[in-house]
Amino acid sequence: MKFLSYLISGIRLGSIYAIIALGYTMVYGIAKMLNFAHGDVIMIGAYVAFFALYRAGLPLIVSLLADVAVCTVLGITIEKLAYKPLRSATSLAVLITAIGVSYFLQNAALLLWGSTSKIFPTILDYGFIELFNGELKISYLILITILTCVVIMVCLTLFVNKTKLGKAMRACSEDKDAARLMGINVNSVISLTFAIGSGLAAVASLLLCATYPTVTPTLGSMPGIKAFTAAVLGGIGSIPGAFLGGLLLGIIEVIAKVYISSELTDAIVFSVLILVLLFKPAGLLGKKTNEKV
Amino acid sequence: MKKIEETLKKLFSNQYRQRTVSYLIVVLAYVIIETAIRTGNISNTIKSLLIPTCSYIVAALALNLLVGYLGDLCLGQAGFMAVGAFFGVVAAAFFAKYISSNVLVLILAIVVGGVLSGACGALIGIPVLKLQGDYLAIVTLAFCQIIKTLLLNLYVGIDSRGLHFSFITDNTNMDPDGVLVIKGAIGANVTKKLSSFTAGVLLILFALFVIYNLINSRHGRAIQACRDNRIAASSVGIPVNKYKLLAFVVSAILTGMAGTLYGLGFSSLKASKFDFNLSILILVYVVLGGLGNMTGTIVSTTLLLVIPEALRAFNDYRMIIYSIVLIAVMLISNNATIMFYLKRCKEYCRKLFPKRRTE
Amino acid sequence: MKKLLVVLLSVLCVLSLAGCSGGSGNGDAGSGDGGTVVKIGGSGPLSGPAAQYGIAVKTGAEIAVEEINALGGLQFELNVLDDEHDGEKAANCYAQLTDWGMDVSMLCVTTGPSLAVADMYQEDGVFAMTPSGSAPDIIAKGDHIFRMCFADPEQGVAAADYIAAKGLGTKVFVFTKSDDEYSTGVAASFKEEAAAKGLEVVGEYLFTSDNATDFPAAQAQEAGAEVVFLPLYYEDDTRIIKACQDLGYNPVFFGVDGFDGALEQEGVDVAMFEGVYYLTPFAYSAPDEATQSFTAKFNEKVGYNPNQFAADGYDVVYAIYNALTAGGATADMAKEELNVIMMEQFKTLSYSGLTGENMTWDASGAVVKAPLVFRIENGALVAAD
Repeated sequence: MKFLSYLISGIRLGSIYAIIALGYTMVYGIAKMLNFAHGDVIMIGAYVAFFALYRAGLPLIVSLLADVAVCTVLGITIEKLAYKPLRSATSLAVLITAIGVSYFLQNAALLLWGSTSKIFPTILDYGFIELFNGELKISYLILITILTCVVIMVCLTLFVNKTKLGKAMRACSEDKDAARLMGINVNSVISLTFAIGSGLAAVASLLLCATYPTVTPTLGSMPGIKAFTAAVLGGIGSIPGAFLGGLLLGIIEVIAKVYISSELTDAIVFSVLILVLLFKPAGLLGKKTNEKV
Repeated sequence: MKKIEETLKKLFSNQYRQRTVSYLIVVLAYVIIETAIRTGNISNTIKSLLIPTCSYIVAALALNLLVGYLGDLCLGQAGFMAVGAFFGVVAAAFFAKYISSNVLVLILAIVVGGVLSGACGALIGIPVLKLQGDYLAIVTLAFCQIIKTLLLNLYVGIDSRGLHFSFITDNTNMDPDGVLVIKGAIGANVTKKLSSFTAGVLLILFALFVIYNLINSRHGRAIQACRDNRIAASSVGIPVNKYKLLAFVVSAILTGMAGTLYGLGFSSLKASKFDFNLSILILVYVVLGGLGNMTGTIVSTTLLLVIPEALRAFNDYRMIIYSIVLIAVMLISNNATIMFYLKRCKEYCRKLFPKRRTE
Repeated sequence: MKKLLVVLLSVLCVLSLAGCSGGSGNGDAGSGDGGTVVKIGGSGPLSGPAAQYGIAVKTGAEIAVEEINALGGLQFELNVLDDEHDGEKAANCYAQLTDWGMDVSMLCVTTGPSLAVADMYQEDGVFAMTPSGSAPDIIAKGDHIFRMCFADPEQGVAAADYIAAKGLGTKVFVFTKSDDEYSTGVAASFKEEAAAKGLEVVGEYLFTSDNATDFPAAQAQEAGAEVVFLPLYYEDDTRIIKACQDLGYNPVFFGVDGFDGALEQEGVDVAMFEGVYYLTPFAYSAPDEATQSFTAKFNEKVGYNPNQFAADGYDVVYAIYNALTAGGATADMAKEELNVIMMEQFKTLSYSGLTGENMTWDASGAVVKAPLVFRIENGALVAAD
């Protein structure tokens, strides 16, 4: 029973990683770049949600919408100002720019909102569901977190596979030049991808802060790296892969902490990643591409 | 006389010009700074930057070998540096018991740091051989995190019976005369500072020597062939995996040496210093200096270490200016229009230059 | 193209080097020997994850300097640089401060950087008093290195003694941040003293800053802990207390001085901290006039209430001021003379400030003062007996 409750808390952590990893994977799939500033968009999202909920006292749904709107606009702006001029540059140049954007957002937040942490308000009444005669308690927040993650994953998969825009995205991911020839506006597809990724970051920020309530300017960096790891574990570019990778990473992290050694958690998590990549070099659900000469 | 002229011609021929310029810049910088130090015309600020700058330059040169010539992105430089730094510090403390010459102890420590780091490079090289692109990057990042976590839990003590290692908790059980050299999360804080600017410059020259000789040899050409087209390279009989591993190990050895130089330059050292951000920082030096361009790496590393210090006057806005400079440099250097005009300026200057000569 | 970039970069490089040395050159003009002010230097994290501690100390010290300068006697100039909580940067800060002409020093705010530069101060014979670097190793670096706050082991011992004496519980669970020397230092001495005082440490959970989000509070609950000891800073404290309460588990929480500031976080529901005990030398709500005036000034500057870091920064500057005036120092004295006075005065100095009454310093540079236990009742700090 104890194991079950740790497992659930692992799934909760994993769901949050999964939502962030979805953002990474979408952008990587289309723009073929690692958006290192993604974690910092989450941080900005957390501050926006904090101001909306606490300072302005807006209801949860309104705050969520405002948060998504701000993050989406921020994502598109970053893309237009920093990444779009580098469309034809090397991937390393884009990577360094993304790192620059990440530094910029962190330091801007530090200047604007100070370094002292802010405490995210309670957004849900912490009720419990009791199972097995009260031996296992699961709070509603955990259920909502997991449910949101599943819903987002299903919606994204449907969107990419069933809609026309999704088709355009897949086309861009396969071959940008060919997609352009077919009349697809590649630039707007990329902007759309950034918009979706940043919107997901806003949702992730709300769930992250509802569970772990301190809001600081460096809040996004570690979840960002872990989610990036999760995306690679699942196979970067694959939507179900990001979901699976996120969940696995969360579960491994919590189980390793409790049952193996809490000091060495990170070493264990990253060793698992290396082991998985040894046997599946493209991640769990990644497509193995055969190179042609 | 003729011989000298010939040698000079050879040194500045197309084949050798790049390395000659690199060596010259390093030696010239050394002479200028050393003179300034001797005559007391140098601020403490610059003096304090010298040893870390040398270490970062060596680490960046080693990374440039991987990114520029092997074509693989590595995010684990901090891990190799950490191995070099921590074990270099331990080696220095150990050898200092038996050898009185500081120079000899420093050399031995650098060798130990380099060898151990090279061993780690070989270890990480095995999974690396199977992977490409961003998967490789994430494995090296993971490796860096693992090293950091392990070092955070490492305790090393030295007493009259020799070295004592223990893990997670301090179980070194030393004799009363023992000294804990590495104390888990606190790290090493009883280090005797052995690194000097001269040692740093010699290490840079050594790294340049190794890298230039490697890339201009048969092996180096094979490494570049793997970068340009792996499949074509293997089809003409180049053992791709062997050369990838070779480049990785050489890079790890040099980075480990840089780590030792860094570790012995401060009296205290923490494992948490060697995190993902440090790897990224070194990568930034390499990309800004130009892939495969060793001189550029030296210049950009120096520049990026000096800028944040020079910006101290701006206090609160320091780091934000730094990030904007970073983005701006990347945007400008990749902007076709601006580079076009710069090229035209250059051509214009070139036209002016030979005219004067003929006059 | 690449070459062009290199040329551009080298030009920039030379320019910034010139800027660097130029800036320090200006500093040299009014440096160490003579001058009209006493220059106090120091460094602390003003950016990055630990920025709040550096900013608190810096602001506290600024208030002290403004007050002292308003008195009209000895004039001070303060320069606290950003070391980003990193030893290498702290060494750069130290060099820049010497270029600036620093006379006496506040060392560094955090432990790691303090350890990295303490022996440089020692070698150069500059008096340095860290406001909040609490590892005992710091002052062990030399006789010029002093400390304003408690040492880590003192806190661990005081906490264990209090828990045992007041019978808050016999089963204790400890959360320790294993990559933070402050946390490991306090935890180690706490466990030792707890064993001596008959408390049972039923478990310890170690984490690092890389995985300081998800806390398995159920471990403490299952172990049957009556007291949860938190040798941490307040962000981690907040997350752990919340994780416990989410489980419906309400033990006695016992924090150390890093807990200070928890109540000042914007948006915090103070009810969650009801009944928490913690050790601190300073409470901004204390009714005495000095504290109230300091709190008002601090609030005016940054918009929130001061914590013990700010008070430590304030006290360091005043302790230096008291020593200098008692030794008859004047602003035109050379750095060496000022440091001789400092070293002489601190043997006998007794200073009463915000963080303690009649504080004295022993030969090792450690401060002698008693930790105070506070308890949170109805959202306010109350001195626990």
